[in-house]
Amino acid sequence: MSTNREYIFRRLHSLLGVIPIGGFLVAHLTVNWFATRGEEAYNQAANFMSNLPFVYFLEAFFIFIPIILHAVYGLYIAFQARHNTKRFGYFRNWMFRFQRISGVLVLIFVSWHVWETRIAAALGAEVNFQMMADIVDNPAALIAYIIGITATTFHFANGLWSFAVTWGITVSHKSQRVATYVSAGIFLALTFIGLQSILTFAGILG
Amino acid sequence: MSVETEQKTIELIILRQEDPDSKPYEQNFSIPYRPNMNVISALMEIRRNPVTKEGEDTTPVAWDASCLEEVCGACSMVINGKPRQSCTALVDKLEQPIRLEPMNTFPVMRDLTIDRSRMFESLKRVKAWVPIDGTYDLGPGPRMPEAKRQWAYELSKCMSCGVCLQACPNVNDKSQFIGPAALSQVRLFNAHPTGAMHKAERLTTIMDGDGGLAQCGNSQNCVESCPKDIPLTTSIAALNRATTLQAFKNFFGSDNTA
Repeated sequence: MSTNREYIFRRLHSLLGVIPIGGFLVAHLTVNWFATRGEEAYNQAANFMSNLPFVYFLEAFFIFIPIILHAVYGLYIAFQARHNTKRFGYFRNWMFRFQRISGVLVLIFVSWHVWETRIAAALGAEVNFQMMADIVDNPAALIAYIIGITATTFHFANGLWSFAVTWGITVSHKSQRVATYVSAGIFLALTFIGLQSILTFAGILG
Repeated sequence: MSVETEQKTIELIILRQEDPDSKPYEQNFSIPYRPNMNVISALMEIRRNPVTKEGEDTTPVAWDASCLEEVCGACSMVINGKPRQSCTALVDKLEQPIRLEPMNTFPVMRDLTIDRSRMFESLKRVKAWVPIDGTYDLGPGPRMPEAKRQWAYELSKCMSCGVCLQACPNVNDKSQFIGPAALSQVRLFNAHPTGAMHKAERLTTIMDGDGGLAQCGNSQNCVESCPKDIPLTTSIAALNRATTLQAFKNFFGSDNTA
């Protein structure tokens, strides 16, 4: 790579993870959560999203392009590490490792998820409660969703922690420790919301 | 009544290597126990009598050492899995067999001897000094507040031992990451009132090219491993903040030289 690019790529990678991808993730999980209020409420919310003005533009510039850039550069970063948690079993070193493992898992999960929902929709399928219910009717798919959602919320929450360090927001040891607790809280809250929704689609909850 | 108590020994397993290109292999040693030994004196004992535990003659183990009081960093090696200085690794406090390995994130020259040149190249790259040479006397520089001097002293304890690079998962053969030690020196010399006159240059250096500040992945092994308790991750986060501002100045501003 040519000079003077790595810093910018790394910073762009960090920024994209939060804005817009993190923002989109929170919006997506929120819309999903309408499922807990019944099929009708979910279909209405999903309908609202898919009928937003400039929806193709929004999808491309706030979802697809940022995710592809983040994923491609993220893979490059992930495979640059030589993990040493066996010798250095410190909490942050494990988080470093999990961040890279979860990133790869999320990429696989999201590719599959987009194939089954967004690409299916482009080919004529209708995105609604029934579509998701049919997908997670298969126990293997439900397990894949549970793993995928948890990996995604972890990657986002832990990514917020390193975002704060990368941009020089949390400099002191104390602020970084508090940020760890905050990111743990965000992880638990988003995982709860995400799993509650998917279990509702599967007919296990609600 | 027993005539003789069994003689106490110190057991060592040392990862050896003939030269930079040959394959490493393990060798076992068993040396007579003396109280208050450190790893260096154990290695000296092997040098005195280079015989393996199995009784075979071998070459003496090569290692580096200089100050013997944990301020030079030369004797750093991996002891029982952790990189540290062998002069302050006391045998009585170590679990046996004591496993010695070279810090293999650096080129291994022979046995436990490594080439730490990259640490010194990094210091040159970031200009880790206060440039005052010139053709005439510049007079006294600005004064440094005492509180700040005491704070900066902690950062100045770095002895370029290389332990933080050995512990870092992002310093390896697949990356060119400069590592925590030299980055913390950027913070140190940017904090110095005269050194700060080259602040922008140092910050731009660690943003330029491959292997700069941005390659830190926040595993924070460095700060856990540093024998001098230097707040390396705080330095890196502070530099993240400083380079964020510098990047904006470089791109949008025109007062970006200092």
